[in-house]
Amino acid sequence: MDVKQKGKRLKALKAAFPHTIPILAGFGFLGIAYGILMNVSGFSFWYPLLISIIVFGGSLQFVMVTMLLSAFAPVQTLIMALLVQVRHLFYGIAMLDKYKGLGWKRFYLILGLCDETFSINCSIEPPEDVDKGWFMLFVTMLNRLYWITGSLLGGLLGSLIEFNTEGLDFAMSAMFVVILLEQLIKEKSHISSIIGLAASIICLIIFGADSFMIPTMITILCLLTFLRKPIEKAGDPI
Amino acid sequence: MTGTQHIITIAICAVATMATRFLPFIIFSEKRTTPKYIEYLGKALPAAIFGMLVVYCLKNVSILSGSHGIPELIAIAITILLHLWKRQMLLSIAGATVCYMLLVQLVF
Repeated sequence: MDVKQKGKRLKALKAAFPHTIPILAGFGFLGIAYGILMNVSGFSFWYPLLISIIVFGGSLQFVMVTMLLSAFAPVQTLIMALLVQVRHLFYGIAMLDKYKGLGWKRFYLILGLCDETFSINCSIEPPEDVDKGWFMLFVTMLNRLYWITGSLLGGLLGSLIEFNTEGLDFAMSAMFVVILLEQLIKEKSHISSIIGLAASIICLIIFGADSFMIPTMITILCLLTFLRKPIEKAGDPI
Repeated sequence: MTGTQHIITIAICAVATMATRFLPFIIFSEKRTTPKYIEYLGKALPAAIFGMLVVYCLKNVSILSGSHGIPELIAIAITILLHLWKRQMLLSIAGATVCYMLLVQLVF
């Protein structure tokens, strides 16, 4: 029984790892950059390490560097954190079904939910003989590990690291492009994808890079609600 | 900021982040049936989110200054072409990333 369990886990890990390689490149690079930024801002490596473990949110952590260097402003911090992270609500709603009935694994899957992990767990179907729960757990765990390790390395080594890796983080952008492309190839109706793309681009132009996410999410929610009939009629959007 | 204020600031960020992660799962718990509307959103949202994420990760590319987003445009075109050609996720991503790195390090 125990051996069987081990085999099941190893199989899931082997299936999950290749899908996380782009994240290894992206999170490795960004995590180290974040650690270095904390280091040169005067924080001991404990800060980036612990923050990466308990917060685990790339963009917010970069904003937090400035927060921690400024005057204490708890209310502003809370609002800022919620604004940056509110997109997780979307991921949660989209994963309600997939994360159902997984017991303790479900807790960890939710704890480690981020843009990249969501994209993989939502779009990749593991092979038939691989346990889905373990597969998604390993995707979540590996991605989280890359980020934490990266920020620890950056925090320890600081500006000693020579950066010859400019552009490596494009791996994550490329991954999102491929996932969208796969979605476009698979889906019957493109209404939902087009809504997502168009709403984001229009809101980015109107509101600018720092504050377009909330208007984008509201626009997407409204359009999906108004267009529910045609979208449902066009078939399963996934 | 004092050490205690650092800890409070970090704690606030952690609690806010975890709230956004756990809230949907707490509201629509496994034990109760999910409302049809939320079920519909759960199915329709991913496609829209994938589009949103592509724009989100490219949001800081400036079209009007610097390299005018040309390296990004070329690299995305390579991603799409490679993927339509071979349909191998890792190859598309690796190929595009290497091209992008060469472009920003050597050309632009």
